[in-house]
Amino acid sequence: MATATIPQAHMLERNPGTPFDPGALEGALVNRSAVERRTATLPTRRTVKKEWQAAWLLHAIKTIDLTTLSGDDTPGTVRRLCAKARQPVRAELLHDLGLPHLRLTTGAVCVYHEMVPTAVAALEGSGIPVAAVSTGFPAGLNPHRLKLQEIEASVAAGASEIDIVISRRHVLTGNWKALYQEVRDFREACGPAHMKSILAVGELGTLKNVFKASMVCMQAGSDFIKTSTGKEAVNATLQNSLVMVRAIRAYYEQTGHKVGFKPAGGIRSAKQALDWLILMKEELGLEWMQPHLFRIGASALLNDIERQLEHFAYGRYASMQYQPLG
Amino acid sequence: MTLTELMETLPYGPAPEAAQPALDWLKAHQGKFGLFIGGKWRDPASQEWFATLNPANAQKLAEVAQASAVDVDEAVKAARKAFIGWSQTPGHVRARYLYAMARQVQKHARLFAVLETLDNGKPIRETRDIDIPLVARHFYYHAGWAQLMESELAGYAPLGVVGQIIPWNFPLLMLSWKIAPALAMGNTVVLKPAEFTPLTALLFAEICQSIGLPPGVVNILTGDGKTGAALVEHPGVDKIAFTGSTEVGRLIRKATAGSGKKLSLELGGKSPFLVFEDADLDSAVEGVVDAIWFNQGQVCCAGSRLLVQEGIAERMYTKLRARMEKLRVGNPLDKAVDIGAIVAPVQLQKIQQLVQKGVEEGARLWQPSWAVPSEGCFYPPTLFTEVAPASTIAQEEIFGPVLAALTFRTPEEAVRLANNTRYGLAASIWSEDINLALDIATQIKAGTIWINSTNLFDAASGFGGYRESGFGREGGKEGLWEYVKKAESPHPKAQSRKTRAPSRAAKETPSLQPATFSFQPPIDRTAKLFIGGRQARPDSGYSKAVYAPDGQLLGEVGLGNRKDIRNAVEAARAAFEAWRKASAHNRAQILYFLAENLSERAEEFGHRIHAQTGQDGHAEVEAALEALFTAAAWADKYEGVVHPTPIRNVTLAIPEPIGVMGILCPDDQPLLALARLAGTALALGNTLVVVPSPLAPLVATDFYQVLETSDIPAGTFNIVTGERDELAKTLAEHDDVDAVWYAGPQAGHALVERASAGNMKRTWMLLPSGPLPNTDEILRQATQVKNIWVPYGA
Repeated sequence: MATATIPQAHMLERNPGTPFDPGALEGALVNRSAVERRTATLPTRRTVKKEWQAAWLLHAIKTIDLTTLSGDDTPGTVRRLCAKARQPVRAELLHDLGLPHLRLTTGAVCVYHEMVPTAVAALEGSGIPVAAVSTGFPAGLNPHRLKLQEIEASVAAGASEIDIVISRRHVLTGNWKALYQEVRDFREACGPAHMKSILAVGELGTLKNVFKASMVCMQAGSDFIKTSTGKEAVNATLQNSLVMVRAIRAYYEQTGHKVGFKPAGGIRSAKQALDWLILMKEELGLEWMQPHLFRIGASALLNDIERQLEHFAYGRYASMQYQPLG
Repeated sequence: MTLTELMETLPYGPAPEAAQPALDWLKAHQGKFGLFIGGKWRDPASQEWFATLNPANAQKLAEVAQASAVDVDEAVKAARKAFIGWSQTPGHVRARYLYAMARQVQKHARLFAVLETLDNGKPIRETRDIDIPLVARHFYYHAGWAQLMESELAGYAPLGVVGQIIPWNFPLLMLSWKIAPALAMGNTVVLKPAEFTPLTALLFAEICQSIGLPPGVVNILTGDGKTGAALVEHPGVDKIAFTGSTEVGRLIRKATAGSGKKLSLELGGKSPFLVFEDADLDSAVEGVVDAIWFNQGQVCCAGSRLLVQEGIAERMYTKLRARMEKLRVGNPLDKAVDIGAIVAPVQLQKIQQLVQKGVEEGARLWQPSWAVPSEGCFYPPTLFTEVAPASTIAQEEIFGPVLAALTFRTPEEAVRLANNTRYGLAASIWSEDINLALDIATQIKAGTIWINSTNLFDAASGFGGYRESGFGREGGKEGLWEYVKKAESPHPKAQSRKTRAPSRAAKETPSLQPATFSFQPPIDRTAKLFIGGRQARPDSGYSKAVYAPDGQLLGEVGLGNRKDIRNAVEAARAAFEAWRKASAHNRAQILYFLAENLSERAEEFGHRIHAQTGQDGHAEVEAALEALFTAAAWADKYEGVVHPTPIRNVTLAIPEPIGVMGILCPDDQPLLALARLAGTALALGNTLVVVPSPLAPLVATDFYQVLETSDIPAGTFNIVTGERDELAKTLAEHDDVDAVWYAGPQAGHALVERASAGNMKRTWMLLPSGPLPNTDEILRQATQVKNIWVPYGA
């Protein structure tokens, strides 16, 4: 078992979950229009400029789960990605930002199970955890038994984070007990690996369902709750993120356990990354902006952040071609 | 701090909007502005100027002219001159000018936003994202009404010269709310911006010049309260539109009493923000932020009274305190600031004093741990809990970032607390249960209700108050009526309206020959008052003789007094809720039945009318029957509309009855006046205290017998005979009367309008004789529009 080292980014205390508590779902009162108004004004009420923005963007890099989840992934492309995760900003630019010694990596690298060994090897010694999407990602309609085996296989292969997908049908039919049991089983299968539960919010129908599914997944012991696979028609939005973040706060108030949040899918620009960081700062505070409680699942985002950093460093607009590919 | 340090703590840091373009504009004017009269800039007659300051740093921005009565006169003259042409200008042409104003505001949006923030102290986020876009929207929307006036307001004409006085809390937005509808309807304008915040109005004047608006259509006079008073008192002004404090509104009501000037007032508020146990609490907390920490709480419709269901109150307060910690107070030009500067030191002192009072009266004060900037006019967001309804901070408008929280147990109690105020501007209701939310929305006495939302504004939706929050609406079609009059009937102010009471001495040949009736010596009848569904003797114990036009004694009616009015108003108040909630169909049925029973006695009434007025009684009875049918017909057809406001919601504009009304009937047409005025008011759900024609009161005292047989619920229709002006004064002064319609001589108009200032009741002045108003006008006067915003989304 290659699970010995839990990277530094993780907090010591994990969410142990709670017994299934349907009572916590009754308070699921989510007003869509009000949520939309809040998220519409979040990015207009707050902004960061100049060196503050640069600091936030550098920080954002630390929270990225640098991801490749394509059918045509090969060991070669995964190794390229891992190299980018180790060196997300080119040394020259870091130097010119006055940070030649900054040890900067992404939060994790996220791949399919088959690519876990390649990623583990490529990241050896970097402290960067490897995350594996699992449980029949993205649709989650494989046999339950096989899903558990898939988790165990990925953990055995060296993944220290497992991004599971939930069975959407349990949400859509209101079978919360079944959802709880499913996620509980996944959590046990994860063992020491941290579990991120993907709700696939774009397929849950309503924001109330998003809130309830968040609650059940946290009760079942998720370390993170995550918006999307990136494969649904609607992925991370500020609206569904706000609802999930408020569920995290409610769960923390009820149990004292801290659960992380991972928006994924469609976050491509530095501006968007800042919007999500603002969301975390406003709704949950500084601690929940740290990689042990906040990750952004993204692939193209990193290059745009580099461009913005370059603009800050040199005062002129940058071109993508100057940013090394992942 | 180094980048590494910033990475540790991730603070927001400064994000200032540049002030320079606005400062350059001020500099281009040498920091000194004249008055905009007749399309030209001129120095004030007084040669006096005063400074306008940036409240965030107390620095002088510019000097503006102090307009005096002489300048007001010049401006009104210019507006009068311009009115001749402007009122004849085709709607399409007026629409083009209004469209140009909208476009110009958009093109110079950032300059307006920055200038507004500098002058007022409100955050740039608000001026940039809320105020200025709403200004442009208002001009667009009313460009449309200018275009459509001819077809959609056929038969209505502009009023003339409108004097407009606006407050400092939304300087340019309030300017647009005033100017856009006035111009759209063909009026010309003399506008006085607030003393503290004149600058954007002056920039707007430049836009008027640049688009080639005909000179004198818009005149802008800067100045203080004296300038406003001169404008209010100027005889050449046909209407005053005022937004500001109830205190000043009351002075204006008194000053214009009897002048015939049309008046609309948008005044203070102490609006409730109700949170039920089934609300989305996190969203409700954000609602509170938008309700009371928008524009530093200096908002007339600010949700300043938080009413929370007791079981969730502590949770709500905890969430609220956590949210308050995150608010950012400071430089209004900073793009990441939530709360800017209080407009002026005098306002800051007022807030401090009221907060001190709240503490003294035992409420629990909470403010965030951080401190506000020591320089400039800043005040932290403040939450009071354990507030008693009786305490000062629960009753008085603070006009600052101060929230007073109270608890309730049941929906019924929530409504009672919400309505426990002299004001009635707005309310916000938070519940995920639509049954509950709409039920509460219909019961709260306020002009605007926001369900699961707050402080939403749009040009398509009328805004204005109930009770002491004023009268008249701004926005929507309902707002246009404030700027028009019936084309065929001259405005009461217009000349040649002499009171023409029928001469009692005139010997007219009766058109009904006694031969058609067999006259026997009548049994002596005692006409009483009709109060609470029962015949009542007048408290005074006196009676008053009623004569025929030829001087013959016809009988006596009771001489009602203050106490009779008191009793009648009490009866009407007690009957109001049930009558208002009775189905429109039910009210219609009763009015039809009333007509049916009246027709049964048509001959007798015809004779009675003729005997007292000398006019054709039969014809009047027929007209009255028709009027009752018309009233009954309208009962279930005077509908509201759904305004297409630009968010995903329905904005329901519902005409609601005004409440308890006093109706003082004209001299002539005694039965028709009852049927048309009282019948229509009744049809729409008002309850009434009617003072019948002083010359023909016996018609009304006969009429109560018809009322008694027509299933009219006790107290909905009360009749008090007596001296019209004496009773009118008591009614107009009565704080529990919501409206008074007075048909009588000019002196009475002044009397009633002045006395109405106590609770700012709606008044409608009619002539003592002559044609009665058309039904469409009566319907509007008998109702006030409540706008209910209902956002939706699965």
